[in-house]
Amino acid sequence: MKSRKIEEFVFKVFMIASLVLVLGIFAGIVIVIVLRGASSLNLAMLIQTPEGGYYLGKGGGIANAIVGSLYLAFGALLLSSLFGLPIAFALQKEYLGRRLAHMTRLSLDILWGTPSIVYGAFGFIIMVYLGLRASLLGGIIALAFLMLPIMIRSIEEVIRMTPPELKEISYAMGTTRIETTLTVVLRQALPGIMTGVLLAFGRGIGDAASILFTAGYTDYIPRSLFDPVASLPLAVFFQVATPIPEVQQRAYASALILLVIVLLISLASRLLSHRCSRYIVR
Amino acid sequence: MYWRKIKDKIAAKSMLIGVAFVNSIVFLIALGLLIKSWPILTKKSIFHLLLSSAWHPLKGEFGFYPFIVGTLEVTAIAMILAVPVCLLSAIYLSEYAHHRFRELARVIIDIMAAIPSVIYGLWGVIVVVPFVRALGKALDTPTTGYSLLAGGIILAIMVSPIIISVSLEVLRTVPVQARETALALGTTKWEAIKHVVLRSALHGIFSAIVLGFSRAFGETIAVLMIVGNVPKIPASIFDPAYPLPALLANNYGEMMSIPLYNSALLLSALILLLIVSTFNITAHLALMRIERR
Amino acid sequence: MPHISLSNLTIAYGNHKVLQNITVEIPNNQITPIIGPSGCGKTTLLKSLNRLVDLYEEIKVEGEVRIDGVNIYDPKADLLSLRKKVGFLSQKPYPLPMSILDNITFGPRIHGMNGKNLLDQIQKLEKQIPIDSLYPYNKQKETKSKKKHEMAYLVEFYLRLAGLWDEVKERLHAPATQLSIGQQQRLALARALAVEPEVILADEPTSALDPISAQLIEKQFKILKNHYTMVVVTHILRQARRIADYVIFLYLGELVEHGPAEQFFSSPRHERTRAYISGEIS
Repeated sequence: MKSRKIEEFVFKVFMIASLVLVLGIFAGIVIVIVLRGASSLNLAMLIQTPEGGYYLGKGGGIANAIVGSLYLAFGALLLSSLFGLPIAFALQKEYLGRRLAHMTRLSLDILWGTPSIVYGAFGFIIMVYLGLRASLLGGIIALAFLMLPIMIRSIEEVIRMTPPELKEISYAMGTTRIETTLTVVLRQALPGIMTGVLLAFGRGIGDAASILFTAGYTDYIPRSLFDPVASLPLAVFFQVATPIPEVQQRAYASALILLVIVLLISLASRLLSHRCSRYIVR
Repeated sequence: MYWRKIKDKIAAKSMLIGVAFVNSIVFLIALGLLIKSWPILTKKSIFHLLLSSAWHPLKGEFGFYPFIVGTLEVTAIAMILAVPVCLLSAIYLSEYAHHRFRELARVIIDIMAAIPSVIYGLWGVIVVVPFVRALGKALDTPTTGYSLLAGGIILAIMVSPIIISVSLEVLRTVPVQARETALALGTTKWEAIKHVVLRSALHGIFSAIVLGFSRAFGETIAVLMIVGNVPKIPASIFDPAYPLPALLANNYGEMMSIPLYNSALLLSALILLLIVSTFNITAHLALMRIERR
Repeated sequence: MPHISLSNLTIAYGNHKVLQNITVEIPNNQITPIIGPSGCGKTTLLKSLNRLVDLYEEIKVEGEVRIDGVNIYDPKADLLSLRKKVGFLSQKPYPLPMSILDNITFGPRIHGMNGKNLLDQIQKLEKQIPIDSLYPYNKQKETKSKKKHEMAYLVEFYLRLAGLWDEVKERLHAPATQLSIGQQQRLALARALAVEPEVILADEPTSALDPISAQLIEKQFKILKNHYTMVVVTHILRQARRIADYVIFLYLGELVEHGPAEQFFSSPRHERTRAYISGEIS
């Protein structure tokens, strides 16, 4: 009798220890990055692009990377939403038969789990084939492939939760599928769509492996889609590798900027999904 | 009246095109990689490529064995570290924690999942590498810290959010009656979890682990930054290793200059894709079985 | 035999009072239905007898429930042996995710019940309950392992007691989920009996069942009452009339009336009771 209670106690101790470990490490990551990065963060970093000799410790900032990342993420977001939203809607019963829907969901799961470096490699192949060089466009394409399954999965999850009665009521009034989808379903799923979009955006800003081959790197802010583009993750990556301490410090600062952006996006997605929930039926 | 129907048809057709596209992407990627790796596949047998340890691109030798072993080992270390901790955490959150705390933990874990891998890598350089170095010193095995163990640790941290969140979700779907039934027979809470809840959730937990495994397998940047990148099979966990994704990422610059190099590297991408896809399909099928019930 | 008595039991979920000041004694070895309209606290009252109400967050319990003179809500009370003493049958049977055999042996195994005293217990019960006349025994098969023999004996005994043996004897290792819902409920009964309770609580045990299975359960209850105290929640007045020895009537969380069945149904003392029995209020 006692041994049963002891067993429970022992496991509880292990469970709590595990949870503390997980949460503690998370806190540790945020704290370390903030502390290390905050010391070298200044306005110049945010606004200026690197001057000559930046990588040897001279002046400048990483505005090229900040702007570059934003260009990349927004571009990829547009491209993948173009495909993502319709596909997410298409997974409803009215549009696809069971088998096709199952197969599509399987494909999406595979794509969702595909490592971003594979998308980078594929993007590279396409670029070489089309004669492109590493550029903003190349990065956008690779990122769009990466973002697509993430976006579709989030959005689709919420679309699935639309109460079927709601759709029935709409159809009973004589609407076509697309009409119901764009009015009832869209509005009901809006918070989920917002979350999905922001989730994908956050991924796009932070991913390095897919744009390693495809976006290039530069000290300038790109003027056209065919120019190479810098990005925050790669900025961190390249700056950490140098032996010069000032540049390493800048890597920490860049990481902090990236972390702040990602946290803001997370926060925004939660708030937005709350606000958009005003009209939805529970 | 007709216009509405036409709009509907156009919409449906374009959606179908999108669906066809999505379904074919995996094949297109695999096909593209295959075509590009064809040169090296014709030149050398696949067995030689997979099992040879000689990696000298300039001499035309491409033995992937050290990289495959490196990937497997670092992933294995990550899973050994992560799975017990994550499962225990998920069980606690699902069965013992107050629901407000559970929601808070969910938020934190979601945020953890969103943190870019460069940041994990950077933190790994700042914290984990010195930690491993100190550990090595304490155990009398000198090491720079850039090692299999460091890679495994950072990977374990990176796959934890996904293992915990999928396991947690699965545990929450076990109906309340399952626990009630066991408890009514006089079990302790832990016994109810052990015998009934975990049994019912087995498939889901399995797929959570498989998903974690596939994520660890393909993770590139963070591991790259701390695993050492030496193309030899590591003799101990304190030695550096060189996983497949890291190989790909490090050498893309030289791809076009050395003959057969890009073919070899893209072959490694193909291998990566095939292995990870197999895991993802397994996880998908396991989760489907739960939904069916 | 346990003497169940409630004094001033008051239960509230947050601000909502579910049971108010219930004071009553439940007679031994009789079937006591708790009747009343839906949502009047019947299930809560039932679940308070084995502290299954503990599972609901934000629940407040005041007053006492004494079983064998011990207040089960005393913080020092032994929950595990309480739940062994008081068995529970839920409305919708939930088979444990194991084979039929394992479902039955689950409880005894957890409580470490085995060995000779188990066999003795069963044999004593056999003498008291005329199982042999109701369900003729085949000669017990001789099995090698003594422990297996005991478990097999136990399983057969309780399945017979629940009226399920003949239907499952050929497939004891099949998953319990394969059984029909009526069979699952009888399995749940056998499972509850296997831990040797003294009281059996049943929450609308037949409402999910077809009429034939319902009849079987009622028949079993009538046999079992000679050896166990049965408390049954039911909203089917006719069922209460069929099986009751003592009746408890709850209305909106208050104990309106209670008493021996004959007197209760033929000459109720309260107006509300009369109204409920005659079908004016439901």
